[in-house]
Amino acid sequence: MLTISTELLTRIYAHLEAGYPNEACGILLGEIDAQDKTVKDLALVANVWETESAREGQRNRYLISPEDVARADRQAGKQGLDIIGFFHSHPDCPSRPSGTDREYAWPFVAFVIVSVVMGKAATTNSWVLRDDRSQFDEEPIVIR
Amino acid sequence: MSITIRIPTPLRPYVGGSKQVNAEPGTVEGILAGLATQYPDLQRHLFTEQGKLRSFVNVYLGDEDVRYMQGTATPVPDGATLSIVPSVAGGAPALQTVKTGAVTLSNAEIRRYSRHLIMPEVGMGGQKRLKNGSVLLVGAGGLGSPAAMYLAAAGVGRIGIMDFDIVDESNLQRQIIHGMSTLGKPKLESAKARMLDINPGIQIDTYFEPLTSENALRIFAEYDVVADGTDNFPTRYLVNDACVLLNKPNVYGSIFRFEGQASVFWAEHGPCYRCLYPEPPPPGLVPSCAEGGVLGVLPGIIGVIQATEVIKLLIGEGEPLIGRLLLYDALDMKFRELKLRKDPTCPICGEHRTIDHLIDYEAFCGSTIQGVSATGTPGVAIEEISVTELDKRLKAGLNGATLIDVREPHEWEIVHLDAAKLIPRLQLPNHLNELSQTDELLVMCRSGVRSGQAAQFLKQMGFKKVKNVRGGILAWARDVDPSAPTY
Repeated sequence: MLTISTELLTRIYAHLEAGYPNEACGILLGEIDAQDKTVKDLALVANVWETESAREGQRNRYLISPEDVARADRQAGKQGLDIIGFFHSHPDCPSRPSGTDREYAWPFVAFVIVSVVMGKAATTNSWVLRDDRSQFDEEPIVIR
Repeated sequence: MSITIRIPTPLRPYVGGSKQVNAEPGTVEGILAGLATQYPDLQRHLFTEQGKLRSFVNVYLGDEDVRYMQGTATPVPDGATLSIVPSVAGGAPALQTVKTGAVTLSNAEIRRYSRHLIMPEVGMGGQKRLKNGSVLLVGAGGLGSPAAMYLAAAGVGRIGIMDFDIVDESNLQRQIIHGMSTLGKPKLESAKARMLDINPGIQIDTYFEPLTSENALRIFAEYDVVADGTDNFPTRYLVNDACVLLNKPNVYGSIFRFEGQASVFWAEHGPCYRCLYPEPPPPGLVPSCAEGGVLGVLPGIIGVIQATEVIKLLIGEGEPLIGRLLLYDALDMKFRELKLRKDPTCPICGEHRTIDHLIDYEAFCGSTIQGVSATGTPGVAIEEISVTELDKRLKAGLNGATLIDVREPHEWEIVHLDAAKLIPRLQLPNHLNELSQTDELLVMCRSGVRSGQAAQFLKQMGFKKVKNVRGGILAWARDVDPSAPTY
């Protein structure tokens, strides 16, 4: 279960809408205890996916650099928090994880996907990769 | 002697929740291998099946990424800190490169789809793409019926259907997904039940609402492909525009009498519907199936061609009908193909887009979605007469009036009013001199639509007293003479 405040969710939407029509991304910081995750802060990072081809590019791929992850981890540590997940947008696509998402995902933490349709955040889902990497399980998002 | 390995959050559950673990100095490769041996659950997250470090696993020695040092051969001395730092990637599915890894096929599914799996063009990969894929069928009528059944059979994982209509007996001449058992029920219910009977393993989303400019974008965004099986121009333009704005492929099919057309409109790769038909025809010029008729088997072929194109798009195989208009003539049994070009001046998919949102399509087409309005071109208002009034006039002898039936001879043979004079609509110009300038002309047809156009034409030709019989022979059978056959 992922708990997040309206204020943080609004900031997530603004960041993802600003990146449209490309995919945008960021890091969720907070507290994590088994399956319960509470978002306390965000790291709004850049999509540094580099290859641009007819099939792939920033419009349908995202990449958060390890430097950004390490920096977010340090920032989290200073606040007594951890990295508890990542979020990204699917422009004009459902907020469901794709095969690419699964291939590059990490277990245990939350993968929040927001479908951004015509520039506006439409649906939001949170996913956790199974231990055996076979698929994601959807988890509820509680907005407080 | 020991070094510290910092463990990122996603991997902590596999090391008992610790943020760091200790290890003996060595090379990065040796240390990580040792870590994976000590905590076997880490193996699949750190290494590929070939035993190489996954590309999104980064290892830092202190502050430096070891790939800028000696890679996994980098020595890690006593007291140093090694950090495993994830980079995170992913993305939306690209249609022809839908990864198959997110989905598996059960043994039962492997048996069910074996005829697909043994063909290299489909195979496990293709079948998984179908399972991972989604299509929205706009319309569960003549075209949607066969498409829905075959897409269910093929194992497309999620099929959405939109249809606001109820099953009527006249549908059963061609809409074979419905049946007597579902007469009077919403077409969606009937379609869903039949599809789940064919394949209980798929997900079917139903939308019992009309497609409008308010809901189209939100609904279409949820699907990989849209199949247009609608029967009116405003909806065709709406489907096209929504697909262009969302960059979704629009698998198009249309039928009329003995002819069918099919194509795939995908603005990113070729023309859209507006490139082919920049303007809708004047209202009433192109009759619906109810008006013009359709050979029952015709949507069977075109609908399955649409399903074929959907499947090809989802599995990324074969040559789709992008930039090609397939024309089928059932009477001659001939297939022809026209090349379609993207129109650079197309207002929605061309170089200088002027349409960037969904418009009022009924206004654009000058008609209502429910059916062509009987009054046709704005500005020429036509008076109407009800069938009950007509009945009164006929019983009183129809003085000073002529009743004209503008249907076709074969329709006249099914049912007609004895007092009427048959002049098929398109022959009216040749018979104007037979019509009295002083008499009132009462014009009728099957449902009041063609007679409305004929009445307009007569008024434009100078006949002053013209009235359209509202509802035509169908209304007559409903309100005046229930024994009259309808068709």
